Amino acid sequence: MGTEAGLIVDDLRCVVATWPRLAVPPGGCATLAGPSGSGKSRLLRAIADLDPHEGEAYLDGTPRAAFAGHTWRQAVIYLPADGAWWAERVGDHLAAIEPDTLATLGFDTDVADWSVRRLSTGERSRLGLARAVALRPRVLLLDEPTANLDDATTEAVERVVQARREAGLAAVWVTHDPAQARRLEAQPFTLHDGTAREAQL
Amino acid sequence: MTPEIIELQPLDLALAGGLIIVLAALARAGRLGVARSLLIAAARTVVQLLLVGLVLETLFANATLYWVALMGSVMLLVAGREVMARQKRRFTGFWGFGLGTAAMFLSSFSVAVLALVALVQPEPWYQPQYAIPLLGMLLGNTMNGVALAVDRLTDGAWQQRDVIETRLALGEPWNVAVEQVRRDAMRSGMIPMINAMAAAGIVSLPGMMTGQILAGAPPLEAVKYQVLIMLLITVGTGFGTLAAVWLAARRLFDERERLRLDRLT
Repeated sequence: MGTEAGLIVDDLRCVVATWPRLAVPPGGCATLAGPSGSGKSRLLRAIADLDPHEGEAYLDGTPRAAFAGHTWRQAVIYLPADGAWWAERVGDHLAAIEPDTLATLGFDTDVADWSVRRLSTGERSRLGLARAVALRPRVLLLDEPTANLDDATTEAVERVVQARREAGLAAVWVTHDPAQARRLEAQPFTLHDGTAREAQL
Repeated sequence: MTPEIIELQPLDLALAGGLIIVLAALARAGRLGVARSLLIAAARTVVQLLLVGLVLETLFANATLYWVALMGSVMLLVAGREVMARQKRRFTGFWGFGLGTAAMFLSSFSVAVLALVALVQPEPWYQPQYAIPLLGMLLGNTMNGVALAVDRLTDGAWQQRDVIETRLALGEPWNVAVEQVRRDAMRSGMIPMINAMAAAGIVSLPGMMTGQILAGAPPLEAVKYQVLIMLLITVGTGFGTLAAVWLAARRLFDERERLRLDRLT
């Protein structure tokens, strides 16, 4: 089990949903669709090991149990739809200021000095992505990152993730939009009756 | 040399009690809503202190280690229950009671034994005239510190769960993710003692010193005891709060460093 590179999820069971098998190679992408409240976020949180659950996951063939909780989550980052901001300035949350990424998302590097209180929901959501990718994870679990964004910013978010995929990032992406799954050239999964299965688009 | 203590007559106590009743009556007339709890608390003070006076009389007459230890244990268990009762969100199961009690046991008992054996050195070291008041002061203050700190910690973690969860999701270790909450909790537990030390003698005359002076002790003797006691209380409160905050913060996370608010009621 699990000598392949990238993320493998094997029979993951949380309270409301299960994901029997998922394999995302480096640079690969999977999407997960399903009705709201069906447990999509719970499955992503379970992959990141943020909630108690059953089942195993592997990164490059190494089982999750071999990692400490936080070292696993350094490699496999869960990006919530609207994550919290705790320090005063945006820059205090960024592990690195990456001008290209920020520019793609529509920010100048002076965004580091912005107060987090002034951010709009859309800005928080885009900067949340910048914050997560600055940590250079191997796997990014995106929980509806474009739900609050217009078409142009959605496209910017996709471009940032695609650029990271070329550098080997594996992405798992919760989205309601079948067109987005096609654009991302992802393996599409649908959560139906509590089980995530690969679907035909 | 020592002047005789002026013995209080029942009438003196009755007069002070009468003032409480006047106060309660005023509060009631003004619909201020504290009359009832004021009277109940005053009645409890009278009854509890009379009872403990009787217990101490008996204990002093039978000064064996066994009885002193039993008295100390009862005090500890009551303090543990009090810490639990003051929590807005307490830990489920044994931890709700055990956490504060363990922290107070570790700090108050060790500081009390240290003070008796190494500093005050009564003969025998567990002589109840020294051991029980010392332990009582240590436990009382440690209890306040532990109760405030743990309450602040659990409530803070609850309020800031989004921040903690986001920080965990970004790969921070549990102790970093909870750092701010833990610092606030530690501060809440320690501030009353730090303030008391800073104001001692200028704003307020500490109760024990006042008591000794009223009982006829020379002021400088009373001061030496009070300094010793305040430092010991601070040490006891500090270590107790430290232990409680550490244990409680650890308990909020499981072995996979997940935030487990389901462990709170």
